[in-house]
Amino acid sequence: MLAYLLKRILLMIPTLAIISVISFWVINLPPGNYVDAFIAQMAGQGQIPDFETRAQMEQMYGVNQPIYVQYFKWITRALRGDFGQSFEWRRPVVELLGDRLARTIAISLVTIVFVYTVAIPIGIFSALHKYSLWDYILTFIGFLGLSIPNFSLALIMLYLGFEYFNMSVGGLFSPEFENAPWSIARVLDFLSHLWVPIIVVGASGTAGLIRVTRANLLDELNKQYVVAARARGMPRRRLLWKYPVRVAMNPVISSAAFILPAVVSGSTITAIVLNLPTTGPIYLRALQSQDMYVAGAFILLLSSLTVIGTLISDLLLAWADPRIRFGGQK
Amino acid sequence: MLEELPNVPANPGRSASLPSAEAALAGAAPTSTVRISRQAEAYYTASQVQLIFWRLRKHRLAMISFFVVVALYLTAIFSEFLSPYDYTARHSQFLYAPPQALQFIHEGEVSLRPFVYGYAMERDPKTLLEMYTRDRTKPYFLTWLPKVEPYKMWGVVELDRRIFGTVEEEGSVFLFGTDSLGRDLLSRILYGTRISLSIGLVGVALSLFLGIMLGGISGFYGGVADVIIQRAIEILRAFPDIPLWMGIAAALPPNWPVIRVYFAISIILALLGWTEVARVVRGKILSLREQDFAMAARLAGVRERRIITHHLLPSFTSHLIVVVTLSIPAMILGETVLSFLGLGLRHPVSSWGVLLQDAQNVRTIASYPWLLIPILFVVLTVLAFNFFGDGLRDAADPYSD
Amino acid sequence: MENVLEVKGLRTHFKFDEGIVRAVDGVDFHIKPQQTLGIVGESGCGKSVTAQSIMRLLPRSANIVGGEILFRYPTGQNRSEIVDLAKIDDESNTMLDIRGGKIGMIFQEPMTALSPVHTIGDQLIEAILLHQPITKRAARDLGIEMLRKVGIPRPEQRIDDYSYQLSGGLRQRAMIAIALCNRPVLLIADEPTTALDVTIQAQILRLIKELQAEYAMSVMIITHDLGVIARMANEVAVMYRGRVVEFADVNTIFHDPKHPYTKALLRSIPKVDAPRTERLSSIRGTVPEPFALVPGCPFHPRCDLAIDGVCNVGAPPALLGVGGNHKVACVLETGEKIEGVMSDVKSIH
Repeated sequence: MLAYLLKRILLMIPTLAIISVISFWVINLPPGNYVDAFIAQMAGQGQIPDFETRAQMEQMYGVNQPIYVQYFKWITRALRGDFGQSFEWRRPVVELLGDRLARTIAISLVTIVFVYTVAIPIGIFSALHKYSLWDYILTFIGFLGLSIPNFSLALIMLYLGFEYFNMSVGGLFSPEFENAPWSIARVLDFLSHLWVPIIVVGASGTAGLIRVTRANLLDELNKQYVVAARARGMPRRRLLWKYPVRVAMNPVISSAAFILPAVVSGSTITAIVLNLPTTGPIYLRALQSQDMYVAGAFILLLSSLTVIGTLISDLLLAWADPRIRFGGQK
Repeated sequence: MLEELPNVPANPGRSASLPSAEAALAGAAPTSTVRISRQAEAYYTASQVQLIFWRLRKHRLAMISFFVVVALYLTAIFSEFLSPYDYTARHSQFLYAPPQALQFIHEGEVSLRPFVYGYAMERDPKTLLEMYTRDRTKPYFLTWLPKVEPYKMWGVVELDRRIFGTVEEEGSVFLFGTDSLGRDLLSRILYGTRISLSIGLVGVALSLFLGIMLGGISGFYGGVADVIIQRAIEILRAFPDIPLWMGIAAALPPNWPVIRVYFAISIILALLGWTEVARVVRGKILSLREQDFAMAARLAGVRERRIITHHLLPSFTSHLIVVVTLSIPAMILGETVLSFLGLGLRHPVSSWGVLLQDAQNVRTIASYPWLLIPILFVVLTVLAFNFFGDGLRDAADPYSD
Repeated sequence: MENVLEVKGLRTHFKFDEGIVRAVDGVDFHIKPQQTLGIVGESGCGKSVTAQSIMRLLPRSANIVGGEILFRYPTGQNRSEIVDLAKIDDESNTMLDIRGGKIGMIFQEPMTALSPVHTIGDQLIEAILLHQPITKRAARDLGIEMLRKVGIPRPEQRIDDYSYQLSGGLRQRAMIAIALCNRPVLLIADEPTTALDVTIQAQILRLIKELQAEYAMSVMIITHDLGVIARMANEVAVMYRGRVVEFADVNTIFHDPKHPYTKALLRSIPKVDAPRTERLSSIRGTVPEPFALVPGCPFHPRCDLAIDGVCNVGAPPALLGVGGNHKVACVLETGEKIEGVMSDVKSIH
């Protein structure tokens, strides 16, 4: 087990490296370089720096050096926590990142927990009552969840909330609780706002997971070891949970590999629509104003998040499925 | 009615240690006849495509979805003709006009010909905003194929009729309302069908090409190429797609001609989309490559490329079609999201995502909720593709059931 | 009833969209205490479904539609009652007790019959605890003993292995351990050696025989391999298309078979010492497809002795005695329904 763990962690390093390269590439996509953009912005505010300052800046950011040197500078600084400056906000990127990243992670985690807790029982139920009315209804709702794009669902919920429930759906707090100290009321308000993004972001993940669970369980239910367990005199109920469900959980665990990126990416766009104080809105602003260090940092961190998450899910799978650990054949 | 039919073959995979029919097949003539129903006979003699089609037919939802998809694409092709107005035409007297519902009863009388009520302007006492209400004194009757201002379908064919419109000249029929510039939303949505659906196809075509090529190389040749391509697929799959698309799309220069933007967007979408195709292709090739029939071909001296195209490929064409069908909705959604955020397509090319840009904040939606109607079309399209693709997958899988 | 198991007129049908498959359509046999019954037939003749019917392990699409499965169910010190397994509820306490406790079953492919994510010990101990009110520790010790008894080396370590860590032969032995850990009175072995190498086959068969003697139990062995029958069975039931067509003790089956199908089977066994140029004998024709309805005797389309007008019409021939415990389902042998015709035929010749 330990060997497997080490191997996976080692493999993760080149992956992260490549991700950082891609992130850096994204940073440099827009025409012009960082210094130009900075100067343009300053000019827009009426301050045109002199030649010396410009030369200094070019030196500091290495814009006239070959691209790999620039990358090297950027990545070494990033590893130390310095992601550069946002010239739109005139602050280090880390400051902008801090809280927002934490909130993104928090919301993503809660959403993932939600997705798994809801989808697995529904998937199991659906498989056991195949072709029943409930199965069809749940499958249809599942499909619906897959088909409504995140942002549309967010828009619809905004509309419904406003029109029919007279509540402010966007953001994480109602205006009156925005800066208030923590209290029971504030917590309740927070929760009442939180469920909207969780449902919106979790909808498609839940739908996908229901289908995966259902399909895998259906596969396992027909297998010989289920019959053999019954032949030992095990009652159906107990047998169900100990054998086919247990085996079917393996692909469900490994489904985290696609649920995690979906949740992170979905939460980005949902945050934009619902105006949540997480990474999404800032990311969009940065892209629109070509504040590329901010954008690059976000891509790097978001992607690393999903890679690490995928690693965790792989480890969970290895723990759950002895076949992988021992490298035995299926 | 039963007929005398020759023997049908016994189940394959029978054990060899109980000597029975297999040895007989070599020399013995089929002398016994067994009656089976005509239905069973047709079942046993159908080709693979027929079998898939049959199973698909049983799946009613998939069939309905198939027709929905066809209907959508027909709409996309004939969108100009099917729209009551030109999608760029601005009706300046009717900005943000609410949808006009079809009516059949006017002043107590039933009218077989549908009609809509015109608009009357009122001022809302509280907000002092202008509001449109239904003016029941102004019924505008609808007719098929009215004569309208000449327009060009696809930019080439000149037509002077549209599929439906009002009889009265001053009449207006905005079944889905209008937007901030007074443009008929229905017409814009129908035109958007063309853009949104076609970008799905282009993107999928690119993914298919990349996916088959890379997946094929990976699966068939193995070795270093396989390892590299595998890692690449893993890395790309680990990326959260929307942020990556956003990042690349934001870098497209604003002064690019719209056509270029269109293709750039589809390339961007395909950049992450090919991984699914490649995975399926590689998986299938790996499992098929070692199977006996491929080995037999190789032993017979068939050249490698021919092995791939003639022997392996047909086995998983059906799986490919399924993957493709299921990838299209992802592309459509991706483009919609990008355009919604303003990073994708832009005017004058208006996909559904571009239309939804108008519906970005609560206030606008609250006042003019009909701007959300394009969402229904997106959902309908994605649902239809998903149901159809799912049904297709169930039908193509010979081992389910 | 002295017999451990008596099956009378068992019929099990599968319902599909395309039609009904009469997998078991009139099966009669019995199993004596401490004896071995061999059930032999081609693939698809219904032997496995018979076993599944007895154990009530049928899939949802199948149902027992007729007949009786009378089992002598031991209820305590030397006491037993006759239970009709075909009638009781398949999740009833009785049935749960019988399965794994009083009747054990081993399957053809041990790899798929063992869970991929549980150790064999887990499954073995579970089987023990389901039927014996002992502690987990005691069950584990018992399990280790069982593994030793079936010939698995270093059982204290092997008990914590996963199924794929064992070789094919060891896996099958583990399955036997699981089936026998509660000392059932009947062991059903469904093609236990089909998936194994020939050398391992012999070992497994020998193991079964030893354990049968030690536990004084009956065995029902299902196979298509006449060699296994010759080696293991005391009595034999030959099945064709869901029916028992001949029943006799093993010597009689091999030396005096009466049903045309049995005769053809024995004829078609290739003999090592036959002249090289001699053609392999085979049964002409093929087994009809599962949905087809064959009128009269199910074997008649392939039978050289079939009499038109007798063998291809009406109900299938009944399994009737022709002396001792030898029973045949063939009008030519039992004289059923053809008294008049028989004499006509005889007079023609």
